Order: sequence, then C-alpha cells, then structure tokens
Amino acid sequence: MIALLVRDLRLAMRAGGGFGLGLAFFLIVSTLVPFGVGPEAAILSRIAPGILWVGALLACLLSLDRIFQLDFEDGSLDLLATAPIPMEGIVGVKALAHWLVTGLPLTLAAPVLGTLMNLESPGHFWIFITLLIGTPALSMIGAFGAALTVGLKRGGLLLSLLVLPLYIPTLIFGAEAATRGTAGLSASTPLLMMAGITAGSIALLPFAAAAALRVNLR
Amino acid sequence: MSLWEFANPVKFMALSGKVLPWVIGLCAITLIPGMIWGFFFTPEATNFGNSVKIIYIHVPSAMMAINIWVMMLVTSLIWIVRRHHVSVRAAKAAALIGVTMTVIALITGAIWGQPMWGTYWAWDPRLTSFLILFLFYLGYMALWAAIDNPDTAADLTSVLCIVGSVFAVLSRYAVNFWNQGLHQGASLSLDKEEHVSNVYFQPLLLCIAGFILLFLALVLIRTRTELRLVRLHRLDVRERMKDA
Amino acid sequence: MELRVENLTVARGGVPVLEGLDFTLSPGQVLILRGPNGSGKTTLLRTLAGLQPPLVGSVSTDPEQITYGAHADGLKATLSVEENLHFWASVHGVADIAPAVDGFNLRGLLERPSANLSAGQKRRLGLARLLVTGRPIWLLDEPTVSLDVASVKLFADAVQRHVAAGGSALIATHIDLGLKADTFDVGPYKADAHRPRDDGSRDSYSGFDEAFQ
Repeated sequence: MIALLVRDLRLAMRAGGGFGLGLAFFLIVSTLVPFGVGPEAAILSRIAPGILWVGALLACLLSLDRIFQLDFEDGSLDLLATAPIPMEGIVGVKALAHWLVTGLPLTLAAPVLGTLMNLESPGHFWIFITLLIGTPALSMIGAFGAALTVGLKRGGLLLSLLVLPLYIPTLIFGAEAATRGTAGLSASTPLLMMAGITAGSIALLPFAAAAALRVNLR
Repeated sequence: MSLWEFANPVKFMALSGKVLPWVIGLCAITLIPGMIWGFFFTPEATNFGNSVKIIYIHVPSAMMAINIWVMMLVTSLIWIVRRHHVSVRAAKAAALIGVTMTVIALITGAIWGQPMWGTYWAWDPRLTSFLILFLFYLGYMALWAAIDNPDTAADLTSVLCIVGSVFAVLSRYAVNFWNQGLHQGASLSLDKEEHVSNVYFQPLLLCIAGFILLFLALVLIRTRTELRLVRLHRLDVRERMKDA
Repeated sequence: MELRVENLTVARGGVPVLEGLDFTLSPGQVLILRGPNGSGKTTLLRTLAGLQPPLVGSVSTDPEQITYGAHADGLKATLSVEENLHFWASVHGVADIAPAVDGFNLRGLLERPSANLSAGQKRRLGLARLLVTGRPIWLLDEPTVSLDVASVKLFADAVQRHVAAGGSALIATHIDLGLKADTFDVGPYKADAHRPRDDGSRDSYSGFDEAFQ
C-alpha cells in the first residue's frame, strides 16, 4: 500500500501529473472574485471565508477524474485488483494521495490568499484549520464519485454533477466554522460536525467506492 | 405466497397489467374531485386570498418528492441485497416522477411565496432542502443515462442512491444549521399548513390520496416500459453475439 | 496449486458466452487456450482471475495464487522501467527484480522512461511483471502481441522455467510458442443464448424471457 502511495505521489510530481494545477486554479478564482464583486475591503473581508472554501472545493473537484481514470485506461487497475491489496485499501490510498497533492497544498495556500481578500486576523487561522479538517472529506467523497464514473468515456462533467451535491454538508459546516471563527464567535459546533463528516467518510466511503470499482471492472 | 414473488418479471407484468386500469380509475375519482373541491368550493381565506388554494398541488407534490426518494432507497437496497430486476427498474422509473414532483413543489412554492411573503425565493431551510433534493435526483438520473450496460447501471445507481441518501439527510441538518446561523429567527415557516381548518383540510387529504394513486399509476406504467427496455437490450446483445 | 474449473459458465454483459467448461490446470502444466476472436477467451481469463463473477459453476483456486496478464500492460509512461517493475514487486512483497530484468533482457533499458519504449519493449516489461508477482498460476491473454521472434523465445523460456519450478500457465494465443503444452479449444463450449436452460444455470435475466413470451 505504501508502494502505491509512493507511486501515485511520484506520478503526480512528474511532468503531466497535474500537480499544482489545482493550486493555480485556486489562485485564479481568488483573484477573479474581487474583480466580480468590487474592491471594497469591507465586503471582501466579510465574504472571504466563504469564497476561499468554494474556491478550494472547486480546485479539489478539478483533479478528481484522474484518481482512477488513468489507471483504468492503461490496465493498472485490473492488475491492482488482482494484487494482494484489498480494493478498499486501494481506494483509501488513492484518496490519500489526492489529498496530499491537492487538499494539503490548498490548505497551506488558503491563509495567504486570504490576505488578498482582506481576511481579518483570526481568519487566517480559521480558514487553515477548517480546510485542514474538511479537505480530506472532499478527497474521499471525490474518490467515491470517481469510482462510480471510472468506466465512462466522458465522465468528467457527470462526476461534477454527482459529487457537488455530496459536497454540500461539508461546505456548509466548513464555511460556517470559518466565518464564525473569523467573527470571533464560537465555531466548535460546525467544526465538530465537519470533523464527523470527515471521519464518517474516511471510515465508510472506501467500501462504497470499492464496490463501485468492482462493478466497473466486471 | 410471499411478497418476493412479485419481484419475478413474469408475475409483475401479469399483475401490474391487471391492476393498472383500477389504479388509474381510482386516481381519477380522487384527484379530480379533490382538485375541484379544493379550488372552487372552499371559502376564500380572509388574510391569504385565493392564492392559498395552491396548497392542493403544492403540499401533495412536496410530500411525494420526499417519499419517492425513500421508495427509491428501499428498492435500490432490495436490488443490492436480492438482485431483483423489477425492484431496481422501479427505482429508475420513480426517479423521473420524483424529480417532476420536486420541480412542481418548487415552482408552486415560488408562485405562492410571491403574494404571501413578497418574494419568489428565500434561502429558507425547507426551500433550500428541496433544491438540494432536486440536485440529488438529477445526479441519480444522469448516472442512469450515462451507462449502457443495464446491470452495471443498476449497481452503480443503487450505490449512489444509498450514499446519496445519507448525504441528503446530512444536508438537511446542515441547511437548518446554516440558515439559523445567518438570519436568526427570520426564516419563513410553512407550519401554518398544519393548523388549517377542516374546510381546507378535507379536500387536501383527497388530493394527497390522488397524488399517491397518480404516482402508483405512473410508476407502474414506467416500470413496465423499463422492463420492456431491458428485454429489448438483451435481445439486441444476443443478436449481435450470434452474428459475431 | 491446482486450478480446477467445474461446469463453469462465463457471461459478458449478462449474456452467457461459454458454458459447461471443465478443465484442470496442474502444477508444471502449460495449457494453450484456443478459439476464434470474440469466442470468450478474455472473458474466461478475467473470470478465472476473479475480476468478474462466474454465472454458474466454480473455480477451485484462491485468486491470491493467480496473476493475470491482460492486453494492457499497466505501465506508467513517466516512470522508468526500473520504477515500474519495482512498484509491482513491492505491491506483491517481492524484493528482487533481477531475475525479471534478466529474463526479459531489460538490463540496458532500466533507466529509460517507459514512454520512450517501443511496443515490443513495453510488452517485454509487461511480461517481466509476471516474474515479480511470485505467484504460481499465470493467466495470459495474447502475451506475444508485438513481440519479435527473439522476444517470443525469451517469453517461451520464461514460461519453461516457471513450469519447471512447479508453476503453471494458461495462455490464450494464436501462435506456436514451441513449448510442450496441452491445448484446450473453447469452440465446443460456445453458449447457445437461445437454448432454454434446464441444467440450473438460469442466468439473471431468465425471468425476462418468460415474461414476454
């Protein structure tokens, strides 16, 4: 399983791996929003946590179809399915690799981008901590969606349609926790709810995703 | 005689063929009088005006929108556990009816909302939940439409329906929480419906019964069509394999 | 480890393609699978490998004993030959890739990214993967596609060494590998999709056929 993680990380870092694309997308979205809503610092700082959350979510979505599609196309997935790793383990490792090359960089970049959007001072900490807890759920839910659509020729758009509704609870609790924390209110309830969603997703979704993969390999 | 016998396509086609005209008939004699009673023979409410009468479409369609998803969840589970083709076809057949009910509920809600609250749309927890439900229906149907092989499609959509149900419930709680967080206490409430007087309530019950029967009739027709489609697909595959 | 197949029916897209299959693959045996294109050889191999469930019947072995060599080699273009082999070796808990490298004459290509390999070289790398899985039963689907004569000889030698060491191989191929091998022709087992099934092998759609008669 560690070998699989190392391979996926190595593939992501090499040319054509797509590492950094999500991050660049996140930067561009955060730059475009002020052009759309105007440069007033008061408005920007009020909407910053929400915009950063939506931006991170969309950036995460961008690379989901690569989780299984490439391995499916070149036959690796067949060979992995017959290897001595449980399918649930494959899903878990793939989601972890996706988080390490997408979710983690987004989390680290978000406080910096927050400065661009006049985020108030405790906000940097809150956007970091909520994304740190929330993005693993985004990767895991995304891996489930990718497993559902892996056999399809043009699954990318369908994948978004399937995954975005599943992202709603994570987004609501994550953005709410960040907004409350920034405003100096207690954010523990939404934070705990989001942590619960992350924990539940990591515990249960590998089974659903593995079932979907087995169906798609049949 | 166990309930599972109706999961056999032979039994299902025979029985549904016989039952269907009765369901359609019963639907006609509940839904049409219910609507007429509701729209023309109830007194005009003093403070709501005529617009209140839209509840005879709005309330039943909203109820069906949720109940149809629950029915899809149950039939998807039956497919996963016992692999009865009729079950999962019924889920597929119900999805289009469900999404139509959701859209009707949203549109009638907006039409009603304008005179009542002066706005077509508010991010009230209930309205938002229905919008989210609409998205879940769309995803489910899009996945069905994208996959050629009927068994693969049935398996994957069933998994999606089960996982989606969990996230739909989570969304409902999240939306409740989120709205309270944004505008405290100012949310629109539809609870008034639960206190409407008998004059309005009796025709409403009739309309709800009519909508349930309408759904039954439609889902039977569509399930029969779906089963025929599966049969067609199977014949098509067989013919092509014979040529090969 | 013996691979025994009893009364096996395999299906593609829910429709049976081969039925009533009965054969045994013993240690030390090479079995050549023959049959025209589209006769269901790939479906059979995928079923034996555990990638899809059989419609009827049983496969007697543990999928952990089997390695499957498909049409696609499962190579990553941006990884070098050595990295590709090392990956599959460590997935299967094998440390030493030297026999695989030498067996398929890949020594001079180790540092090369597999994107720069020729089709035949890629195939050789894909076949070398079999050696790093350490599994006794090989299921191979057209392994000699795009191999030149010398490489086919390398492959035949690898199979020879594998069975001499107590392994076994089931190979779907159209060419003569020059190996001492038994032949299994799938032709007579072609499923008749229109024949009503009375042997208990009702496929998942049998209800439909009755429903519309």
